[in-house]
Amino acid sequence: MRKYFGRKIFVYALTFFAAVTINWMIPRFMPGDPVQSRLARASLSNPEASQAMRDYYNSVFGLDMPVWQQYLNFWGSLFKGDLGVSIWLFPTPVTEVIMDAVPYSLGLLLPAILLSWVIGNKFGAYAARSKWLDNTVLPVGYVLTATPYMWLALLLAWSLGIVGGFFPSSGAYSFALRPEFSWVFVSSLLEHWFLPFLSLFLVSLGGWAIGMRNMIIYELESEYANYLQALGAPRRLIRRYAFRNAMLPQLTGLAVQLGTVVAGALLTEIVFSYPGLGFLILQAIQNQDFFLLQGVFLFIVAGVLIANFIIDIVYVLVDPRTRIQMQGGAK
Amino acid sequence: MTAAQPLPDPATSPDAPVPALPEAPKREALYFALRNPKLLIGLGIVLAFLVTGILGPFFLSPDPNARIAPPGLPPSGEYWFGTTQFGQDIFTQFVYGIRATFLVGILGGVVAAVIGMAIGFVAGYKGGWVDEILNMITNVVLVLPTLAVLFILVAYMDSRGVMMQSFFIGLTSWPWAARAIRSQALSLSSRDFVDLARLSGVRTWKIIVRDIAPNMSSYLFMTLILLFGGAVLAAAGLDFVGLGPTDGTSLGLMMHQAVKWGALQLGVWWWFVPPGLGITAIVGSLYVMNVGLDEVFNPRLREM
Repeated sequence: MRKYFGRKIFVYALTFFAAVTINWMIPRFMPGDPVQSRLARASLSNPEASQAMRDYYNSVFGLDMPVWQQYLNFWGSLFKGDLGVSIWLFPTPVTEVIMDAVPYSLGLLLPAILLSWVIGNKFGAYAARSKWLDNTVLPVGYVLTATPYMWLALLLAWSLGIVGGFFPSSGAYSFALRPEFSWVFVSSLLEHWFLPFLSLFLVSLGGWAIGMRNMIIYELESEYANYLQALGAPRRLIRRYAFRNAMLPQLTGLAVQLGTVVAGALLTEIVFSYPGLGFLILQAIQNQDFFLLQGVFLFIVAGVLIANFIIDIVYVLVDPRTRIQMQGGAK
Repeated sequence: MTAAQPLPDPATSPDAPVPALPEAPKREALYFALRNPKLLIGLGIVLAFLVTGILGPFFLSPDPNARIAPPGLPPSGEYWFGTTQFGQDIFTQFVYGIRATFLVGILGGVVAAVIGMAIGFVAGYKGGWVDEILNMITNVVLVLPTLAVLFILVAYMDSRGVMMQSFFIGLTSWPWAARAIRSQALSLSSRDFVDLARLSGVRTWKIIVRDIAPNMSSYLFMTLILLFGGAVLAAAGLDFVGLGPTDGTSLGLMMHQAVKWGALQLGVWWWFVPPGLGITAIVGSLYVMNVGLDEVFNPRLREM
């Protein structure tokens, strides 16, 4: 148990370290002093803010210090939770801006990821080795995985939102409302949540269905399935065993795909002007707000790493073999 | 398999490496390839787009962003895909966008394939601590959310071109390929013919290039196709947030413009439907083609 998790945590720590280092290096080593030119170009309306940004830049980057000192300082302020001040929403700290956006992104991502995974797996398992379903699920699945996230979002926003008028197509709740815990507000929240969720859910669905179908076919060809069949076990039983075995690679696949789905959520949020992290990224890029952009990046990396770790734990819970191996039992 | 075509068999030509597996003649692959609807349909669609992308621009205005027509026209006989709010012809942009899409796909895919193959082959063949270290690097890049990395990498560049974009995409999208190639190379490197080559003192890279790679060439080709598709989607995502090439146009950039100038609210559907449809058709056909190729190369998957 120690060794397995120790290894995993080591890789995650290394990844986080790499991400922070990339984050630190890019503004410093890109050709042509990008930070200075960005600050000069940043859309700051009042000169006071501009001066404050310049002071902040000088104190944070401390370019007269040796490079290793700058690097250590960067880590130091990171551990204090200090990611700088947003240029777009001056003078709000970046951490605060991000914290306001995170609940929206999580509210979109968690249901979309989990539901698409579960339902996609079910579809795929049914489709395997059944002619009719296979011929429909497979093409639809391939088209869905090939769809760019933002395009499906655009199509849904336009057809169901603007032409159909069934759901609102921008924002997280009606402009007429203030955030509060009331029925009106919650229902508005849900209405605005539905289309971005649906879009994200549909694009991810196809990949899981295809993956599960292929895994089930592979499992049904294996020795144990043939043996069970020779014994005269009912079809359903064989399929249930195949499904349990096929789940494990799909779980690993979930960990690998997380980054892609998160990126998809960012793009989807932009289409629907949904005030999550993706919307922040768009604002940061448009307003040349690089502290915000880098802060969001670190947050996303940390989130993906945590989710990966959770999946590792689930994997151990689901797969009895890893558990036995860890307790030093038979191989 | 009764196809007795009198084709020269490349697998038995004198300078080919010793085949390890029971002979898999190329003409058999060709026989199944020509009878595989998935492969043929996928390939047909991809080729149609490729030809449009290569030849189309020669018949159209040299500047896809030129304002040559009345703004906001719906699709018609004269302007096939309609025009934008600025009077740009959407069909012209679309054709140039397809060209950019293939360029990004090929460049990004090849860069990723080269890195993935280098790391995968060396890790799988060498094993030991080399494998450990390369595996660690692969895992680190694998869990990094690619598009987010690309956002901050590209956002700091002053001028962005298609070349730079594809290079960065290739630089971040290789890990899964490296993993897959590593496991294949690992199983091949314990075969007798590789042992023989090693015993006779052949250099490592030569063994990899002449003995291992040719035996998994079909696998490598399919990996390249998937990397191509991934690069196209990544580029579309980058373009869509406004980090696309600063010169010219692309399918993702068209969608970015459409959203930026309110095509949704104005109901100008012909502005954002074609670019997305183009990407979906190209990438989707590539995926379907890949399934077809898998069936051609892997006899167990053939429906016969």
